[in-house]
Amino acid sequence: MHLAYPAVLAALLFCTGLYGVLARRNAILVLMSVELMLNAVNLNLVAFDAWLSRAAEDTLHSGQALALFTIAIAAAEIGIGLAIVLAVYRNRGTSDIDRLRDTAEGHDPDDPDSDAAGRAVPAPAAGEKAEATA
Amino acid sequence: MSTAATAGALAAGTAHRAAESPGFLSPSGVEITFLLVGLVTLGAAVVTVTTRQLVHAALWLVVALGGLAVEYLLLTAEFIAWVQVLIYVGSVVVLLLFGLMLTRAPIGRSPDADSGNRWVALTVAVAAAGALVWVVVDAFRTSWIDLDGAPSGTTEVTGASLFQHWVLPFEALSVLLLAALVGAIVLSRKANGGSAPGAKDPSASGTAAGATRTRRDQEGAR
Repeated sequence: MHLAYPAVLAALLFCTGLYGVLARRNAILVLMSVELMLNAVNLNLVAFDAWLSRAAEDTLHSGQALALFTIAIAAAEIGIGLAIVLAVYRNRGTSDIDRLRDTAEGHDPDDPDSDAAGRAVPAPAAGEKAEATA
Repeated sequence: MSTAATAGALAAGTAHRAAESPGFLSPSGVEITFLLVGLVTLGAAVVTVTTRQLVHAALWLVVALGGLAVEYLLLTAEFIAWVQVLIYVGSVVVLLLFGLMLTRAPIGRSPDADSGNRWVALTVAVAAAGALVWVVVDAFRTSWIDLDGAPSGTTEVTGASLFQHWVLPFEALSVLLLAALVGAIVLSRKANGGSAPGAKDPSASGTAAGATRTRRDQEGAR
């Protein structure tokens, strides 16, 4: 198999995930895009392992071992990431990352603060969360 | 195992024909299959990052990850493929769906799924894709993966290399997974308990705990 096929597919998948990370607003959709980027890296690792195990007589199988490690770290990352997203949702009432601008530098005071945005969000049970953030 | 044997036989049948005269673009059977599954995977990934229905995004992510598992099988990495199916399709997507439901994601179309800077994001992604594809194709224009013979990624080979050369990272990874488990539990408990040490305002913690409990009851009643 031509090596360019998996390499090009991995590059395109990575850029798809890059677009998703930059363009999505929901934090869980951003996490999905991060998973796509990690999978693109995995595809590269597996493809180059299959190439090097013949071309360079590689017996270490570092590509497959690193792909397994990446999968495990991605599982840990998705668990921690979802725990953070759920904690943010409980405190702010939103998982919209455009509204979480507490640490943003130099945002103008006309822009509503993230706490105010968290209170004013028209989500169901917003009143409870406004109490929780008060 | 039988799937790997089939894939290996398929690879053996087509690769030795390709190994005789690997033309620049002489597609063999494995390559055509790889290309078709790759198109499906890429299309599912694009739909995942562009659809406005959040639950559909998670379901299209299943298609993309399953397609990647098939690509691993075509690259004779059998163990990675089944680990991919088990962990990604089995647990990560289920976790994502749970997260979508716990954050009250809208079921239908949500018009604000994309942020305002999506055109900037599209520009960056297209530029990165162009640069990466150009560099990768230029670099590996004359490289072929030899899939002939014994598959390089059977469970036996992967396990032997993993437990001979990669034992120490493997153990470190188990410690990392334990730390991630504990961290996820701590992060989930902090907002839950009113007497958690992370609560800044003790007067507000009672209402916070009450609100959380009410929300839990609502979610339990759902």
